[in-house]
Amino acid sequence: MIQLTVNGKPRKADVDPDTPLLWALRDSLLLTGTKYSCGSGLCGACTVHVDGQPVRSCITPVSAVAGKKVTTIEAVDGSRVGKAVQEAWRKLDVVQCGYCQSGQIMSAVGLLSKNRRPSDADIDAAMAGNLCRCATYVRIRAAIHEAAKALA
Amino acid sequence: MTTIQNLSRRGFLQGTAGLTLGLALPGVSLAAKTGAAASFEPTPFLRIGADNTVTVISKHLEMGQGTYTGLATIVAEELDAAWAQVKVEGAPADAKRYNNLFFGGAQGTGGSTAMANSWGQMRQTGATARAMLVSAAAKRWKVPAAEITVAEGVLHHAASGRKATFGELAEAASLEAVPTSVTLKDPKDFRLIGKRAPRKDSAAKTDGSAQFTQDLHLPGMLVAVVAHPPRFGGKVKAFDASKAKAVKGVVDVVAVPAGVAVLARDTWSARKGRDALTVEWDDSAAFKLGSDEILARYRELAAQPGLVARSEGDTAGAFAGAAKVVSASYDFPYLAHAAMEPMNCVVQRTDDGLEVWNGEQFQTVDQATLAAMFGLPPEKVKIHMLYAGGSFGRRACTQSDYLREAASIVKASGTRAPVKLVWMREDDMKAGYYRPLFHHRIEAALDADGSIRAWRHRLVGQSIIAGSAFEPVMVKNGIDAVSVEGAANLPYAIPNLQVELHTPTDIKVPVLWWRSVGSTHTAYSTETFLDRLAAEAGQDPVAMRLKLLGKHPRHAAVLKLAADKAGWGTPLAAGKPGERRGRGVAVHESFHSFVAQVAEVTVAADGSVKVDRIVSAVDCGLAINPDNVRAQVEGSVGFALSAALHGEITLKDGVVEQGNFGDYAPIRINEMPKVEVHIVQSAENPTGIGEPGVPPVAPAVANAIAAATGKWLTRLPFQAAALKA
Repeated sequence: MIQLTVNGKPRKADVDPDTPLLWALRDSLLLTGTKYSCGSGLCGACTVHVDGQPVRSCITPVSAVAGKKVTTIEAVDGSRVGKAVQEAWRKLDVVQCGYCQSGQIMSAVGLLSKNRRPSDADIDAAMAGNLCRCATYVRIRAAIHEAAKALA
Repeated sequence: MTTIQNLSRRGFLQGTAGLTLGLALPGVSLAAKTGAAASFEPTPFLRIGADNTVTVISKHLEMGQGTYTGLATIVAEELDAAWAQVKVEGAPADAKRYNNLFFGGAQGTGGSTAMANSWGQMRQTGATARAMLVSAAAKRWKVPAAEITVAEGVLHHAASGRKATFGELAEAASLEAVPTSVTLKDPKDFRLIGKRAPRKDSAAKTDGSAQFTQDLHLPGMLVAVVAHPPRFGGKVKAFDASKAKAVKGVVDVVAVPAGVAVLARDTWSARKGRDALTVEWDDSAAFKLGSDEILARYRELAAQPGLVARSEGDTAGAFAGAAKVVSASYDFPYLAHAAMEPMNCVVQRTDDGLEVWNGEQFQTVDQATLAAMFGLPPEKVKIHMLYAGGSFGRRACTQSDYLREAASIVKASGTRAPVKLVWMREDDMKAGYYRPLFHHRIEAALDADGSIRAWRHRLVGQSIIAGSAFEPVMVKNGIDAVSVEGAANLPYAIPNLQVELHTPTDIKVPVLWWRSVGSTHTAYSTETFLDRLAAEAGQDPVAMRLKLLGKHPRHAAVLKLAADKAGWGTPLAAGKPGERRGRGVAVHESFHSFVAQVAEVTVAADGSVKVDRIVSAVDCGLAINPDNVRAQVEGSVGFALSAALHGEITLKDGVVEQGNFGDYAPIRINEMPKVEVHIVQSAENPTGIGEPGVPPVAPAVANAIAAATGKWLTRLPFQAAALKA
């Protein structure tokens, strides 16, 4: 049994310590907004925050986050930056299939939490780990600028 | 899938021309049979609840292309609903009510047909419901129906000051007779169609609540992860499950036709169990060629005449008397769809049939396939259509491959628990059903002034349709219509033209439609070859195309619009020292929509290509949701660039060499160009936009590369080595 703090609440996951955080979240805690896509840290669909930092949950053993604070897409609107990013995503209708967008949003929140006025180059650097097969990249970029404006 | 559309288009037009199409459901007006407040279901596509919710029932899969929003927009327009009160839900599998009007009697989503085939049907639905609500209000208020207005989900009688919401009138409306004919709006009165109607799925897809198949957790559900043979056609010879069964959470291990399946309580345990299996494979009947060998065979075939898909004039004679002959050969690799959500589904054996949860794209085919496996009538296979995390054609598998795999696991294990089949990324990428590998050869006979006297285009590649339920209608005289689409209907006025096809049947790599299907390769070869001929003749590529497009005004219009918006003919800003820049154009029709694109590229000294900007002009008939049209074209640009710059599935000794996004790399945000989308104002009926933005991208980029470097790339993906300064 692994003790976690997820979205501000203490949770227990009945999994082996080497189980990736992704599967503990999805299959034990039923927080399915965090997605499985590559399982190898290549696509970013599984991105969550651990103590405020974007982390690939598919290659992070659940034991590594014991005692740390995990935030998932389900609670992203709990922060001012998260709320702004989510609203920008909706305002610009960024999503298409939507499967990668939880991870995109978590990475974007990570970027804007450190850098309130990111340039296109900053966005490329921070977001290049997040694949979108629908290639919604034009709008992801625009929505990050939009959120930055709202936060200014 | 163009041909299916063509075959049944006539029926569709007959149905809607008089705008009196009888709605599919007999008995029609269905008050809810539950004890709760009655809802109003005037057609199978709409339910209005006493709670004032307007629910549009989508017969089409939402896989990102915006279908749910588009269908809801059409209904809400004619209904005069408030956009905020409209919700969308997926229809059950029931071809009698929910068939795609372009697929004959079959239910399914594909070929960019969702809006086009639903346009009349959804307008009719909205207008019918509106008329019944008005009629109910007229009776209740004892006023003439003609004096009642409807706006934003509220009925209003100005003279008496009476008002009622849809919800307040839902039950009464459900008792009204369904009108035999209704009047549709004059397009000039549209307030949602052609305007901005925000996506219906944005909220759920930005807070983690959207339900994809991968997210389902049903009571008692088991997860299956499967060990597949390394080669297509391989079989299980023997396996040892002892280590797999020792993994905590593993419940069962069963052999199935697709391999060996491990069933567990959760995904990670199933995966660990699968990885702990020892399987000995029987490759005696497996396909063992590599991509290079396949290509070598195709090149040999391309030297021989093929079956004739189109013939105009006297091509052989015209070549005999040519001043000059120009030729080129093109190689296109296998491509994986690689949707972000790997293929999956949930199948459960129930007392009287099967229950399936899936990003369901091909209801009628999948129902028939699964029913046959269990000896059931098709209607006993109940399918829930969930959001799909991308598909690009993969979920419309002609052989229902992953559904069949899941059902076989249910059958072999005998379980009554719901079984979620989960493919790991590597399983998905190696599973086949690729865009087929193709080889093309094009030759042109030129007159002394460079004008094109004859064009011979030979294509070699596997048939997508052969062996599927569509073969009887889509393969004619040995020609698979989707193998040659975009080539056989070349729009240019060339007096002598022949298109020939070779369809090898001994290549056993499973193939399937991949966003824009045949046009993924035909647009590339034809549009880059045409630029080559323009260069031979010393002509401007846009001017030359326009000269040859006299009978194709919609091609010409998008070409002119794209060229104009891109500043065609004006100098391109120079790059940094060592960089070469160029601009290129391409135009292509697919799925009855017309798209032209102008690409601007920078080629670095090391040969690497950066696509800076793509200007698109689109004619998809009336644009129901212009913002979604833009979104689809933006996404199409990225999808096409992924294939042009990186995408390649290769086989070695029959084994697929790629497995994940490290070696099969869709483009990332840093590779995404600026995209401009210009939409032609049109009063034509809507046509598709999910796919038509894809085909012109790669040839426009290749033509821009040629403008920058003088080099004509004939192999996809582009090879940087060929472009070194």
